Amino acid sequence: MTINGSLAYIGRNTLLFLAATGRIVLFVWNTLRHCVAGPFYWRELVSALVQIGWLSLPVVGLTALFTGGALALQIYAGGARFNAEAIVPSIVSIGMARELGPVLGGLMVAARVASSVAAEIGTMKVTEQIDALVTLSTDPMKYLTVPRVVAATLCVPLLVGVGDAIGIMGGYLVGTTRLGFNEVVYLKNTIDFLQTWDILSGMIKGAVFGFIIALMGCFYGMNSGRGAQGVGTATKSAVVTASVLILVANYILTEVFFTA
Amino acid sequence: MIKLENLHKSFDNNDVLKGVNITVNKGSSLVLIGGSGTGKSVTLKCVLGLVTPDKGRIFIDGRDVNKTDRDAFLSKFGMLFQGSALFDSLPIWQNVAFRLLRGPYKKLHNEARQIAIEKLRRVGLSMNVADKFPAELSGGMQKRVGLARAIFADPEIIFFDEPTTGLDPIMSGVINKLIREIVVEMGVTAITITHDMSSVRAIADDVAMLHDGIIQWTGPIGDLDCSSDPCLDQFVNGRANGPIKAIQ
Repeated sequence: MTINGSLAYIGRNTLLFLAATGRIVLFVWNTLRHCVAGPFYWRELVSALVQIGWLSLPVVGLTALFTGGALALQIYAGGARFNAEAIVPSIVSIGMARELGPVLGGLMVAARVASSVAAEIGTMKVTEQIDALVTLSTDPMKYLTVPRVVAATLCVPLLVGVGDAIGIMGGYLVGTTRLGFNEVVYLKNTIDFLQTWDILSGMIKGAVFGFIIALMGCFYGMNSGRGAQGVGTATKSAVVTASVLILVANYILTEVFFTA
Repeated sequence: MIKLENLHKSFDNNDVLKGVNITVNKGSSLVLIGGSGTGKSVTLKCVLGLVTPDKGRIFIDGRDVNKTDRDAFLSKFGMLFQGSALFDSLPIWQNVAFRLLRGPYKKLHNEARQIAIEKLRRVGLSMNVADKFPAELSGGMQKRVGLARAIFADPEIIFFDEPTTGLDPIMSGVINKLIREIVVEMGVTAITITHDMSSVRAIADDVAMLHDGIIQWTGPIGDLDCSSDPCLDQFVNGRANGPIKAIQ
């Protein structure tokens, strides 16, 4: 490839990236605008709460349970190198509440929800159901996007909270059955070291991740290409973009919360 | 009355509409014919505001659609989509009564259900289908449900986008008959897109042929077979050779 060809390639992709970023920013603006102006579709909101929140509970719970257990084993093994095995309960609880609960919970919900939202809305677009909504005097942003974004923003922090508790319980189960910790001491150490802000910061992260997940699902669904391939690409892009944005947002929020 | 004036629309470098002019008189049924990809659906979507034209104006009853209240404008419309476009997640009666179950026109659940069942009956479906989901119905039944949804709010204007595509000839005949009955009975202004010449003859008062981005020919249905337009003649008679280039 010549220098001119390489520069053209970089320029073309930069323009495509900027155009995509611009479209996402406009979509965010439109979503926020519709969130504060009626009409609101309460039934769709309740349905989205069940789909995104309640039905994600098993996958988030199982992820947290095994992550908490594995974390306890790792910290015990690492701590044994400098005779610090006793830190297992406190590090498991802080690690789950601040980082692993929100990030892994967010990624699992992204895999489950962003994909299903993008596929559902993408299929609706391909089969003209979104056009049908417009002809029935219903704004697709209000009917499809707003309930999902609001539901995910409300649900994911709660899922993170539940995930934290289950993850800590996973650590407790491994600590007391496999690593020889006393049950009461383990729980006391967990409670003593865990602060409200540890839990709250994780839940705030969860709210941001929930917003990102539903937004990406809706954005890629609404902009899905035609046919099965178009819906497939939209689904893949929604999950990948949501996952990457979750990790980026996690770093930024950690900087803001814990180093400022 | 629907009037389209000098409508232009391009997608990337593809000029789909290059100055479309159509007038449909109140209470009459116009069928828009033309080859695949000539912009028939784009024309209808421009009227509905689903696609924004690059140039040109659209008038409904003498008023520019860009200067009218969008909700009021859409409340005059019903549309039957090519694939019916029923909402998969809702039972049939909720698909039909969609407008009355949410938003500004919301009515009581039972009242909306009764009206939906009445509309389903009007298109020849029994109340047994009311609680089924779209995936449980045949293509012909889905079209009827789409038709029931289109006529649900007693619209003044109805668009039919390829209403008989994918149906067997008998079911096509049933749908054509239903459409004609409804158009006459309700006195609506209708625009239908179709490739099916039996549908054209069953539904149309007037016919317009879209070719190469403009209206190539327009006239009453009675003139369809005696026109001297070579494009129309080729299309109506389904000839491979003629001024319209087909991919061999």
